[in-house]
Order: sequence, then structure tokens, then C-alpha cells
Amino acid sequence: MIQFDRFVLENGLKVLVHEDKSTPMAVVNVIYDVGAKDEDPAKTGFAHLFEHLMFGGSVHIPVYDEPLQLAGGENNAFTTNDLTNYYCQLPAENIESAFWLESDRMLSLAFSKKSLEVQRKVVSEEFKEHYINKPYGDVWHKLRELVYTSHPYRWMTIGKDLKHIEDVTLDDVKAFFYKHYNPANAILVVAGNVELQQIKDLSEKWFGNIPSGEKYNRNLPMEPTQTAPRFLEVKADVPLDALYKCWHICPRTDDRYYTTDLISDILSGGGSSRLFQSLVKEQQLFSNIECFHMGSTDAGIIVIEGKLVKGVDIKQAEAAVNVELKKLQEEGISVAELEKVKNKTESAMAFEDMSVMNRASSIAMYELLGDADLMNTELDKYRAVTAESIVELSRIIFDENNCSTMYYLSTN
Amino acid sequence: MNIRKQAPPIVDAVNFKLHLKPYEHFTLNNGVPVYTVDAGAQEVMQIEMVFYAGNWYEQRQGIAAAANFMLKAGTTTKTAFQINESFEYYGAHLSRTCYNETAVIALHTLTKHLDVLLPVIHEILTSAEFPESELDIYKQNSKQRLIVNLKKPEFVASRLIDSYVYGEQHPYGKYTHEADIDALQIEELKTFYSKYYQHGQCAIFVSGKLPANLQTALNQFFGDLPLSKPSMLNSIIPIMPVEQKKYRIVNDENAVQGAIRLAQNFPNRHHPDFKKVIVLNNLFGGFFGSRLMSNIREEKGYTYGIHSYLQSHLQESSWMVSTEAGIDVCEATIAEVYKEMELLRTEPVDDEELLLVQNYMMGSILGDLDGPFHIMAKWKNMILNNLPEDYFYQSVQAIKETNATEMMEMANKYLQPDAFYELVVY
Repeated sequence: MIQFDRFVLENGLKVLVHEDKSTPMAVVNVIYDVGAKDEDPAKTGFAHLFEHLMFGGSVHIPVYDEPLQLAGGENNAFTTNDLTNYYCQLPAENIESAFWLESDRMLSLAFSKKSLEVQRKVVSEEFKEHYINKPYGDVWHKLRELVYTSHPYRWMTIGKDLKHIEDVTLDDVKAFFYKHYNPANAILVVAGNVELQQIKDLSEKWFGNIPSGEKYNRNLPMEPTQTAPRFLEVKADVPLDALYKCWHICPRTDDRYYTTDLISDILSGGGSSRLFQSLVKEQQLFSNIECFHMGSTDAGIIVIEGKLVKGVDIKQAEAAVNVELKKLQEEGISVAELEKVKNKTESAMAFEDMSVMNRASSIAMYELLGDADLMNTELDKYRAVTAESIVELSRIIFDENNCSTMYYLSTN
Repeated sequence: MNIRKQAPPIVDAVNFKLHLKPYEHFTLNNGVPVYTVDAGAQEVMQIEMVFYAGNWYEQRQGIAAAANFMLKAGTTTKTAFQINESFEYYGAHLSRTCYNETAVIALHTLTKHLDVLLPVIHEILTSAEFPESELDIYKQNSKQRLIVNLKKPEFVASRLIDSYVYGEQHPYGKYTHEADIDALQIEELKTFYSKYYQHGQCAIFVSGKLPANLQTALNQFFGDLPLSKPSMLNSIIPIMPVEQKKYRIVNDENAVQGAIRLAQNFPNRHHPDFKKVIVLNNLFGGFFGSRLMSNIREEKGYTYGIHSYLQSHLQESSWMVSTEAGIDVCEATIAEVYKEMELLRTEPVDDEELLLVQNYMMGSILGDLDGPFHIMAKWKNMILNNLPEDYFYQSVQAIKETNATEMMEMANKYLQPDAFYELVVY
């Protein structure tokens, strides 16, 4: 059970406080309700580039990092398709430094030309390092475009095209800031060796006079129901053939999410999971195979991906995957198998909650989903999943007409 | 007045008194030492069994790693699937990792399930089988993983740089070829297992929320095994650094980036300069605010990230600079690294920057004492490196006491371009 208090400033900023007196540290975590899905299709990769610019100086502070490091702190940030999260950890004595820094960049950025020029290059190198100069690096570009016809999950957070990053102007940066970066679109979580009243005072002092800004009302194109199988074949300079299969699933806040999550654990995620045991160990068709879902806020996908053993025909490998899915749909699962994946979930949650930084970011994520208290009721929801619901949902998800398949074949 | 124009007052972390929670210690009947840290709010724990079974001890390349991996490949009464299920049913995880001197089996579990899991680890340590069929799968999948990795410039660069610094015959410098994997034989794995696991040297590190019966339980399952306590006297294997210092290697004709590695040999943690150089390393390339990061990423945008670090080996270390940079700026990146070395050699660091590094390092250590696993990691590191009990406090003292003269002295001693190997893999 993670305890927290919640209050809202007049400008709409939600603040959540989690006290933990066992640590000498404090964590300040700010989520902005903006991700790659909020981008203009002609300017993708922008939310992530913008995250870099948030460190390039704010209206009163030339650089973000140095004062924080001087206060004994460290920080980082990440952007997903759904959100942008900034977090820092520092000795609790110095927590006011974090309030000063975070509130100033929520108030306004310095909009430095130099910072834009440099970060544009840095992000280009990040793009190259992770998505170009790497075998299988472009897989997700291709898959997302195959799977999503309308929803902006069609592109990755890094962007569709390096050119989009290269073309960004300072005016784009300003417009994006004023649209998304304001108290009405943010959640502040403070955790660690702090007191509720102290955080109330500090929040009022540093964030209280930031203009509320307009609440951004998201109106994204919905992904229509897929009605026929999709298929893409790619040939690339990679050593091994790889198979990718994706199916649409429910949104994160849907009750079926928990069942979906357990389905992915039954199929993969351990040496005793179904796909690994059958396809890697017994039939030796794949050298590795995984099933996972993206955990995305809007309706996302569940994925099976695997690299084939050299010499195996990909059609045969795919047929064997389908047999495993059919088994799940027709023969169901045992009591013990269900218990196993529930136990795994319980254990994973306990390990995750060890660090105060993780607790802070979980509180922020769940609050963004609607209510931080979801965090404390999730285990019960997993516990309530039945074997029947798993079978039933696996029949709905693993339907041929809901599936996109990609053969990523080696030219060697 | 506008309160935002001035930073709020801070307490300099360099003045903090840091406290590392001490470990508890007991010995099993067979002499195996057990170190424990009982802390944390979550009902979780980890047991790390450290065996002296790293690649230091293998007769041929790949044996130690294969033996370590195949500990979960089956026992006289259980298949690999059943072993995995024994842990996974309880949401637990048994990992195994092979390093140079040591190889580790680590259990992560909810504390309440410990009693049902210890017998399975006991079984693995007494009656692991190495089935031919499992070895075949291991060979096939390891080779496949290797050929994919060989397409990644950073993987190739990291292997090569170690082979230059330590020599390709040294455990720190050697690397696996496909032929090594093909040559693996069941019998040599069994022999290795018998000598270095069943009858090996072992130390156990337990941390988390610990059960009251821990000592009894560990003694029951491991106290009678023919294990012994580590001698802590590893044989020294002399390194054989290569002559040639500069390399440019084309791994992929279509590369858009190069993987850059610069490295020089460096003594281990027992050397009196080690603690001082840790501070200098932070200033140089050890964190986001370092000189290398500020110049090469934040000023020039040549790379997504650049880091320097001291490798954490027992016998000896190397000082490494590592980055991936655009193909047209690789040489410029290297020139800038040398320029930063020169600045550190010739100009004293100003007080403000040094204080920032000191505060950052102290804050970072303080944050790193969060939770039993992190506390244990610090103790384990000291114990396995055979360092004195107060080494943690010595290191903290070295951060507090450093000064610009010392930094310059260290830079002149160690940051000399001629001493560095230089590699770019395109």
C-alpha cells in the first residue's frame, strides 16, 4: 500500500505527496500530459526533441543541470507516445532547488536558438544510434505503420523521419510549449523525506503564480477496428530472419487490461512460459521469442516477436506460433499456470516499489490515468482474473482479422 | 523582488556525514561466509551466491560461461522446464551470470517463498546434469546471438578495445568466436561444474527483508556441501597489452556512426591513486555535467552521449572513454577528448566546478544507499575486492578532500594521449 496525499493549486496543478522518512533523499517528478501522439503528422519526433530543450535553460535559469548537480542532485526524463516525464532526486535538505528549477521551466523556457541547434544534432545522433546503425533498428517504424492506419501511435517517439527533426523552428518550439507545458496539463509528485505541509508551502511559493494556461483537449483520430489480416515482407541486411505478429488490444484503463497482461505472461516471460518452452526448446524453430504489450494509454497492441533458427522456413515457424495460440484458445490454462502468472505480478510489483523514485513515478503515471489510487488496487484486479476470462479474451485478441504480420527476412 | 532570479540556499552535500549500514556476518558449517543486510520496507529479498568460477579458471574460451548458463539446464530429477517452473511459480527468479573471476547465482524472491526455493538451488548445486540436447540448443542460440551482435559497432568495439588493453589471451581481453561455441563439450562442462561449483569456493550475500530462520535454512541446504570459503588470493595472470595503439575498423560499409573507444591500462582499487582518479573521472566524463558531455554533446552535438569510466575488474582496471558519434565527426570527437585531457593537465579546475562535482558525487552516493540491495552491492564490492572495511569512508573522504592541485597532478599522471589506445569501429 503506497500512501499519498493530494492537493490542487488554484492554477490547476495537481500535487501528490508521498512521505518516506527512511530515505535521506527527495524525489520530484513532473509529468506533462503530452506525448508523441499529440504531434502534427508532418512534425513527428517533436515531443521528444522538446524534452531535450527543457534542459536548455528556462526564463530565469541559464541551464537546468548545473544548479541541480551543485545541490547534490541528478535527473533525467523520457518521452513516450503518451506522456513526457521529468524526474530528479536530491538530498532532502535541498529540495527547494528542485522546486525552483522545475517551476521556472514550467513558467517559461529561454527558447535559446543555440540549444535548439545543438539538441537537433544530439537527437539526430540518438536516432542514428538506436534506429539506423543497428540491425533490426527500423522494425518498429515499419510495424507501427502497418498496425495503425489512423491513430498517431503510427509513429515512434523518435519520429518518422530525421528530416522532421531537422526542420523544426523556434516558433514550433514556442507554440508547443504554450499549448502543452502549463499547470493545467501537469502533475507534480514529491516523494521521500518530506512533509505534506512543507510541500504545500513550497508548491504555493514556486508554482502558485504560474498562469494556469489552457487545458489541452485531446481529440485524436480513433483507430478503426481491423477487419482483415495485414501482411508486410521486408528484406534487410540482417543475419537472421525475424517474425513479428501484432494484435490490437484494449486501452490501459479498460478492465480487460489485467487479463491481457496475464496473457502475455502466460505466453512468454520466463523459462517455463509457453512460447519459449514449445518453440525455442522443444521444436527449436526460434532462438528467442517474446510476447509483450506496450502498456499504452489508448488502445494499443500485443506483440509476438522472435528470431528464427537459421534454416527454418518462416511460414513453418509462424504456423507453430499459431498452434500455440490455438491451444490457449481451445484448451485454456490450468489453475497452477494462472497462479504462476499472478504470483509473478505480485512479486514484480513488490520489487518495483523498493525505490522511492519508482514509487514517485508510479504515483504520477496512475494519476495521469485518472487516479493514483489505482496503483493500490491493481493487485486485486489481477487476482480476480479467471481462467475463463483469459480464454475468452484470447479468442477475441488472437483473431486472424485483428492481426498484422511482418516477415523481416535476411538478404544474406 | 523576483525570487526566481536567485537559487535557493543549499546545504553542500560535500559536508554530509554518510553512513553505510554495516552488514551482519555468519559462517556456514563448511566455512562458507554469509554476509547479510536486513533492511527495506518491501517483503522481498535477494541471495547472491558468488562462486570463483569465472572465465579466469577455464581451459578453453567459453567453458565458464556455458557451465554457468547450463546450471538451469536440468538436474537428476528435474528438466530445465521444471527447474524454471519451480522458481517462476512463486514469482521468483534465479539468474546466473558469469564474470571474469567470479560467477554468480542470484535468487530474487518474495521473502515468504524462500523456504520452498532453497531446496531447488541445493539440487542445482549438487546434481546439475548437462544434457547433450540442452547444450545443442545453447550452442545454436549463442551463435545466433553472436552473429547479430557482431553487426553492432558498439559490441565489436567493446570486445576489441579490451583485447588491446589486456591482450587477447587474458581473461579480461579474450572474446568468443563461433568456433569456441562449436567446440564446447559436455565432459568439460561437467568437470568445470564439479571443480568450481560443487567443490568450489563460495561466498553468500543476502539482502532485503530477511526471515528469522535465515541462518538455519542456509545451513540446512548449503552448510554440508563440499564448498569452501574463498581464499581471496586469485592467481595473477599477467596482462599482455598489444603494441599498436590506433585502429580504424570498418564493420559495416553503410554505417552512419562510428563506435569510439579510448582506453589505457590502470591499476586496481588498491592503488592509492584510484580513489582520487574516481573524482577526476567524474570531472572528465563520469556524469552528465562532465567536461566531455558538456563539450561534445551539449556544445557540439556530435553524439547522444559520451562517458568515461574505470572498469571494475579485480586484478587491474582500465580507464575507458566510450561514445557513438556521427561518421563525419568521429575524428573531431577524438580530437576534442584529447583537448579536454590537455585542459585538465594544464589548467586548474576552478572551485565552483570542483564543488559541483563533489556535491554531485556525494548526493549520488547518498541516493545510492537507498534500499538493502544497493547497500549490499557496496559491501559485496569491497569484500570481493579484498578492500579494508573502511574503504567506503576512505572513498568519501577522498571526495571531500580533493583539490585542484591534486586533480591536475592526477591528470598529468594519467591523462596522456600517448598512453591511450584509440579505436573507431564504423
